[in-house]
Amino acid sequence: MRRLRNISLSLLAAVAFTSLIEAAEIAPGERRSGASFMSVETQAMQNDATANPGMLGVLDGEALWTRKPVAGRACADCHGDASSMRGVAVRYPAFDDKLNRPVDLEQRVNLCRVDHQQLPPLADESRDLLALTALIGRQSQGMPIETGADSRLQAFIDKGRDAFMRRQGQLNLACTNCHDDNWDKRLAGSAITQAHPTGYPVYRLEWQGLGSLKRRLRNCMIGVRAQPYSADAPEMVELELYLMSRARGMASETPAVRP
Amino acid sequence: MAEPDRTTRRQFLATAGAAVLGTVSLVHVGPVHATPDTMKAAIRDVVNGAAVRPGKVKLDVPPLVENGNTVPLTVTVTSPMSDADHVVSIHIFNEKNPQPNVGNFYISPRAGRAQISTRIRLADTQTLTAIAKLSDGSFWSATADVVVTLAACTEEAT
Amino acid sequence: MASALINVPATARRGDIIEIKTLMSHIMETGFRHTVTGEVIPRNIITNFTCRYNGDEVFRADLFPAFSANPFISFFTVATESGKFEFQWIGDNGFQETASASITVT
Repeated sequence: MRRLRNISLSLLAAVAFTSLIEAAEIAPGERRSGASFMSVETQAMQNDATANPGMLGVLDGEALWTRKPVAGRACADCHGDASSMRGVAVRYPAFDDKLNRPVDLEQRVNLCRVDHQQLPPLADESRDLLALTALIGRQSQGMPIETGADSRLQAFIDKGRDAFMRRQGQLNLACTNCHDDNWDKRLAGSAITQAHPTGYPVYRLEWQGLGSLKRRLRNCMIGVRAQPYSADAPEMVELELYLMSRARGMASETPAVRP
Repeated sequence: MAEPDRTTRRQFLATAGAAVLGTVSLVHVGPVHATPDTMKAAIRDVVNGAAVRPGKVKLDVPPLVENGNTVPLTVTVTSPMSDADHVVSIHIFNEKNPQPNVGNFYISPRAGRAQISTRIRLADTQTLTAIAKLSDGSFWSATADVVVTLAACTEEAT
Repeated sequence: MASALINVPATARRGDIIEIKTLMSHIMETGFRHTVTGEVIPRNIITNFTCRYNGDEVFRADLFPAFSANPFISFFTVATESGKFEFQWIGDNGFQETASASITVT
C-alpha cells in the first residue's frame, strides 16, 4: 500500500517537475483539430449536415435572424441575409472600439441587441444566443481562423497566454500541461486534444446540446478543481482570445460535434 | 481495540481522499435498473413464445463508445424485402439501462432495404440485442457488446 | 416551434431504394434523472415517429427514453412515384410536430 503511494507521489512529482521546464507550444505543422481525435462515427456525425445535431441550432438561428421584434429591427434588417456574416466568426474575439477591449461573439451579438435593436441581452448559454452564434459561425465554415491579427489585441493575447500557462486549482494543473505537453495521450479513457476551439458553439455529446467555448472552459476549470471564470469576466475573453489566436490558420468547423 | 480501529479509519480516509481527487461523479442516480432477466421478459413480450434464432441480423455499434449519451447504431437484416418474404419489425433491447426497451421499428416491403440507424443512450458497458420479426412469423437476433466510459471533465463540481 | 432536419433526395428513378435521414430537436428527458435535491425530473420524450409517402405509411418507430436527445432516425424506402413525404413526431405533454419533403420520381 505504501509502495503504491510512493510510486504515485513520485509520478505526480515527475509531472510537476517536467512542467517547470518551459512548456513548448505546439509547432504549427503539428496542430490538429479536435475532430481528428474522435472516432470515425463521431466525425461522420459532424460531417453530414443533415445528421449533425448542431445544425438544429443553426436552423433555429435562421428563424431568429429574420424574426422581427415587437418594436424595432430584426438582424436581417441591418445585415441582410445571414450569409453576409461570412468571415466574421473567424475574427473573434475581436477588439471593440467603444469598450477598448476584446469581446467574443456572444458579447458582440448582445451589444448589437442592446445598441441597435433596443432589446435586452440574451442570457449566456440560452438557446437563442447559441442559435445565433451557431448561425453566424456556420457562415465561416471551412475558412481559416484569423483571430488576433489586430495589433491592439496583443496585450490581451499575452494575458490569455499567461492564464493558459499558469497552474491552478486543487490539482494544480495548467492548461498547457495537458494540451501542449500531453495531447497525444488519454485521460480516463478520453483523448486529450490540443484544445483548439475550431468549431464553437459545439454540439457536445456529453451535454446533448450546443454549448459555447465559455461553457467548455468552465468544465475544464472545474475539472482541475479551480474556481471557474464567470462568463463576463475579462479573463474569460482573454483566454478565448489566446486559444483562437493559437489556432490561427486552422479551418472553422462550426457547429462541430465533440464527445 | 481502539488501535486497530484508528488504523483502519486512517487507511480508509487516505484511500477515500485519493479517490476524490480522481473521481468523476455520476449524474444518473437511477432506480431499479434493467437486468438480463427484465430484458428477457421484454423480449418475451415481443416474440410471444416463438423461438428466436441468431442470424440474418447485423448490429453495428462501436465497440468502445466515446460518450454513452449518444451511441450511433445501425441494424441491418438480410432479406429480399419482397411481398412474400420481408422484415416486419426490428426491436432493440439492452440489459443495463433503467428500461430494457430501446426502440421498435416497423417496416414493409416498401422499404426496399431492412436497415435502420439511430443514436441511443447507454448507461454502462453492456450487451445490446436486436431482434427482427419476419413476415413468416420467425424471429432472428444479433447481439453486440459495447464498452461505455465516462467523460473525463464533467460539469458537476461535486 | 421545434426544428427538424430532413434529408430526402430531391429526385430519384422509379424503383431506386433511397435513404431518408431525419433529425428532430427534442430534449428526450428520460425520467430517470434527479435534481440535486433528489426530485425526479419528469419524463419528456418523443414516443412515436411516422413517415407517410403520398399518404401511405412506409415507416414507423416507437421511441423509448434510451433514444439520445435530438433523435436521429434513418431508414430506407423505394421511390415509387413523385409526391410528398410527411413526417410526424408525437410525444409526452402533447408534443406533436410535422415536417414534409418533396420528391420527383422519373
